[in-house]
Amino acid sequence: MSLDTRSEETIERNTSRLAWFLGDTMRERLEFVGIAATGLFAVLMIGFVLLDWLRFAPEWAVVGPYATLAFEQFLIVGAYMDVYLGTSVLRYAFIWRMIATGVLIGIVAPLVGTYLVHRQMALIGETLAHTAFAGVAIGVLFIAATGWHGSLLFVALVVSVLGAIGLQRLTERTNSYGDVPIAIILSGSFAVGTLLISWGRDFAAMAIDIEGFLFGNLSIVTIEGALMVALLTVAVVAVVAVTYKQLLFITFDEQAARVARLNVDRYNTLLIVMTAVVVVGAMQILGVILVAAMLVIPVATASQVARSFRETLYLSILVGQIAVLGGLAFAISADLPPGGSIVVVAIVFYLFAIAVSDRSGSAISMH
Amino acid sequence: MKPAVTVDDVTFAYGEKTAVEEISLSVEQGDFLGLIGPNGSGKTTLLHLMLGLQQPDSGSVELFGEPAQEFEDGERIGYVAQRSTDRGGTMPITVREAVTMGRFAHVGHSRLREADYEIVDDALRTVDIADLAERRINQLSGGQRQRAFIARALASEADLLALDEPTVGVDAQSRDQFYGLLDDLNRKGITIILIEHDIDVLTKHVNKIACINTKLYHHGDTVSFLESDALAEAYGAAHGVVEHDHP
Repeated sequence: MSLDTRSEETIERNTSRLAWFLGDTMRERLEFVGIAATGLFAVLMIGFVLLDWLRFAPEWAVVGPYATLAFEQFLIVGAYMDVYLGTSVLRYAFIWRMIATGVLIGIVAPLVGTYLVHRQMALIGETLAHTAFAGVAIGVLFIAATGWHGSLLFVALVVSVLGAIGLQRLTERTNSYGDVPIAIILSGSFAVGTLLISWGRDFAAMAIDIEGFLFGNLSIVTIEGALMVALLTVAVVAVVAVTYKQLLFITFDEQAARVARLNVDRYNTLLIVMTAVVVVGAMQILGVILVAAMLVIPVATASQVARSFRETLYLSILVGQIAVLGGLAFAISADLPPGGSIVVVAIVFYLFAIAVSDRSGSAISMH
Repeated sequence: MKPAVTVDDVTFAYGEKTAVEEISLSVEQGDFLGLIGPNGSGKTTLLHLMLGLQQPDSGSVELFGEPAQEFEDGERIGYVAQRSTDRGGTMPITVREAVTMGRFAHVGHSRLREADYEIVDDALRTVDIADLAERRINQLSGGQRQRAFIARALASEADLLALDEPTVGVDAQSRDQFYGLLDDLNRKGITIILIEHDIDVLTKHVNKIACINTKLYHHGDTVSFLESDALAEAYGAAHGVVEHDHP
């Protein structure tokens, strides 16, 4: 083979790879642009969250003053945006924490939700949110009893992950993702949470915004909470990128995946643990009661119009972003809870997708 | 050459109910074995034991000479499950995406390469659905969907193809084409194990038959099966066979 022929083949192959990456049609290219923009915005938001956290780095770490300077510049840009957009909130750090958390959840929730929904495991998100609520209650008591200065969300995360593993073991023993173990853990964790909170109120002198955890709240996103979401987002995106093929195979045909010697139980546990992680992050803005919505509605919307699994992933992330940003804008402007606003915007898009879809008869099962 | 599957005195029970009892048989490489028996006779359980999906209570199963439970070369086995035409019911997945899964056991967590995509294209062409590659799998007919699953097995370059009642819900014409495709693949050297209720299909296409109803009633070539009383014994004495031909 001559050098020229080889280089021509290489060019052709690289061109076809680029075409695969960018897509062949205008629709695919638009989706690619949307995903690229979302990725860039997410990186910017992770940068903001890191600066926010690094401001309080110990003196020996040196970075504190530089982080403070950069953080202030960011807020100045926010103030300029307020002037040009006619808003009055983008100059505040807590709003950006909220936006950053929302944007990152708007990526990872549909990412994980795509696998959950198509395995008919959608309600597991709701169950793990209730487990996380029990985790918040345990955290309140633990902090009150020990004086520990740790994060409440971290305790919720640990409890939720343990709950996820417990749920996985229970469903394995009952040999299905049936409703019964899900219903028991869902109501059981909520029951434990309410009992612990009522019992602990007498001696826990902490001012905990329980209503905020239930319905979501603008002020509930702390620096540590936003940082946790940023780190978990990086972890979840990396894990899905590495295990995309295996999770897809198991989602589509679990038995064939077992025959192909994939460790199905391990990937199932991984998926359910990632769900627990996403749920705890999303709980801050959506609240326990609405958290499953971000796992389900963007995916259900995308599935109405998508032509492939890859496109379902892309579209569900884009719908997630629109729902989060639209919902937050509405919540801030109307002074309403963000969780409800985000979910309502997502549902509007779902109804729109059904209206324009040619497969409205094949609704996705949500149990 | 080691047998593709060796089942040695295998017994398996679901709790108190024995599904498979003291079955021994061997599937040589290149065989086209038909598994037949009444509903609930343990055919699917036996197939799962053969593939290492379940652990026998007693006895042993080997895949290509290795204990089935420890067999790691998943890419050597293609599997089309019962009611596989239902798969992808509402899932927006293209035929190409489904067939590409056949390469996943080969590449693990690495990226698919150009050669992998070429093998997928070849598999799509072999089963004659290359023109449907970008269609969603739930838009295909039952017969086309089964071809897609066979293409997935071909993409994995499987040596052994296991099919559990693959043509349930498939029209007669597509079914004949489908079995013609299996004949072609078997001629190319792929070992096939097929669970099928239709004796006419089995006697036309397979070269060996195992007839079971919890126990093994017959294992041998199709001629010896037709000459034996295995069918009547497995299904009960009152059971008769009605000869028919597919349109």
